[in-house]
Amino acid sequence: MEALVAAITVFVLAIFIGFEIITKVPPTLHTPLMSGSNAISGIALIGAIISTRSDNPKLATILGVCAVALAMVNVVGGYMVTHRMLAMFKKKR
Amino acid sequence: MSGYFIETGWVNLAYLVASVLFIKGIKGLTHPRTAVSGNLTSALGMLLAVVVTLLANGLDYQWILVGAVIGGLVGGVIAVRVQMTKIPEMVALFNGFGGGASVLVAGAAFMITANPDVQTTVSTGLSGLIGAVTFSGSLIAFGKLSEILPGRQISFPGLRIFNALVGLGALACVVWLTVDPSATIAYWVIVAAALVLGITLTIPIGGADMPVVISLLNSYSGLAAAATGFVLMNNVLIIAGSLVGASGLILTKIMCVAMNRSLGHVLFGKLGPSADGPSADDVYGGKVKSTSPEEVAMLFDTAQRVLVVPGYGLAVAQAQHIVRDMANVLEERGINVEYGIHPVAGRMPGHMNVLLAEADVPYDKLREMEDINTEMEQIDVCMVVGANDVVNPVARTDPKSPIAGMPIIDVDKARTVVVVKRSLSPGFAGIPNPLFAADNCLMMFGDGKKAITELVSALKEG
Repeated sequence: MEALVAAITVFVLAIFIGFEIITKVPPTLHTPLMSGSNAISGIALIGAIISTRSDNPKLATILGVCAVALAMVNVVGGYMVTHRMLAMFKKKR
Repeated sequence: MSGYFIETGWVNLAYLVASVLFIKGIKGLTHPRTAVSGNLTSALGMLLAVVVTLLANGLDYQWILVGAVIGGLVGGVIAVRVQMTKIPEMVALFNGFGGGASVLVAGAAFMITANPDVQTTVSTGLSGLIGAVTFSGSLIAFGKLSEILPGRQISFPGLRIFNALVGLGALACVVWLTVDPSATIAYWVIVAAALVLGITLTIPIGGADMPVVISLLNSYSGLAAAATGFVLMNNVLIIAGSLVGASGLILTKIMCVAMNRSLGHVLFGKLGPSADGPSADDVYGGKVKSTSPEEVAMLFDTAQRVLVVPGYGLAVAQAQHIVRDMANVLEERGINVEYGIHPVAGRMPGHMNVLLAEADVPYDKLREMEDINTEMEQIDVCMVVGANDVVNPVARTDPKSPIAGMPIIDVDKARTVVVVKRSLSPGFAGIPNPLFAADNCLMMFGDGKKAITELVSALKEG
């Protein structure tokens, strides 16, 4: 129970921080914000890596490896495309 | 779940640092100047979280590498090759992958948890439910955006009841899983039901509403990761997932406000009837003035401030580069050229800004709707390129119109408006636009790219 309350605390506070900073992102950067969020939601990669422990059942490892691949698409693709877009935003020369 | 080469305390501390880097990274996105370093900060957070996780005992490194190389290559190739007009499709696809990854991780974690308690079963069930809806819903959104699937609303009688039953069935399976945690099959039934639900919830939504849908699915992909964080009791997943969840929700709300539609209407309803409004003939009859590129070129002779209002039609015609050329010619003459961007000008939040940035339009020339509306009376020539509903003054004047109350760019208040458009055909809302018949409005009919190319040569000759 205590662990759950701690986790809910983290969850609620993170939502509030999210709302506070993201409302300050200007509309000009909303598309990079979304592709950058894609990359961050690739955080499932952490869980995917842990699922491949060798003392786990084989099926868990298989699921884990598939999840590693899916999450890596998001992490690598998300950060790279965001970088590519942001590099195009230039000030007037 | 212990067993790292270093103490788990250090691992969790590193996760905290990673979470802070994610937050710092998003904060960097609050200004174009700091955005590039913000993105790199966020990536550094991800790298740290991954490296620390790899320090766990007994991992199957070989297979992790196989998955990582495949995923990394696919992601990298997409990121390098995707066209900027196709970013909405890419984001839709990535939303789906995020949801799919959460489904698999929660499934694997549940399999290896001995005697799961209520919080584990409930969060596993939710992770599977949200993740699978995100996965299949995003694939449908991708299909609609890339026109593999028809963009129109597809519905059949009883769809809502069907969705309600499938949704309730999935929730019943969450209860089943809680009562009997050994029934792993219940998890996969939840996933299967949610996959169906993702399809049947997204398929009735029309192409015009896709900016709302991909924002919402973006949020779901984050919430699915957060739910997985509750399964693993892992703070970095919870924090990163909540940040993405909050971001998607904010963008969903912004898109709904910009289209003047409630989320409920987007998801379950249809646009209001437009039949009883004035007909196109009543609005346009004999009042529309057509113009030529030469005539428009002459308009600029006396202009000091020019505003370009782009719509998605501009991107379809690939006219953003030639518009930029036009602006260059005008700026050489000392004319101030700016761009007024409606929030739903593109096909996802901020899409038009990216398309213009790609055409080397400086970001400080891009003005937000509310901001530019206050200065509209000082605009000498307003060029509307490929936009329709977002500049329709009926939204302000006719409370019975289907777009009544929708925020618009008040181009009709500029001294002269030039509309570049193929024909008088209506936009997504299906209603005529009295702007086109206004005294201060000239229509330059034709393909956006061709018409503006002709205008640029007329300007250079003149």
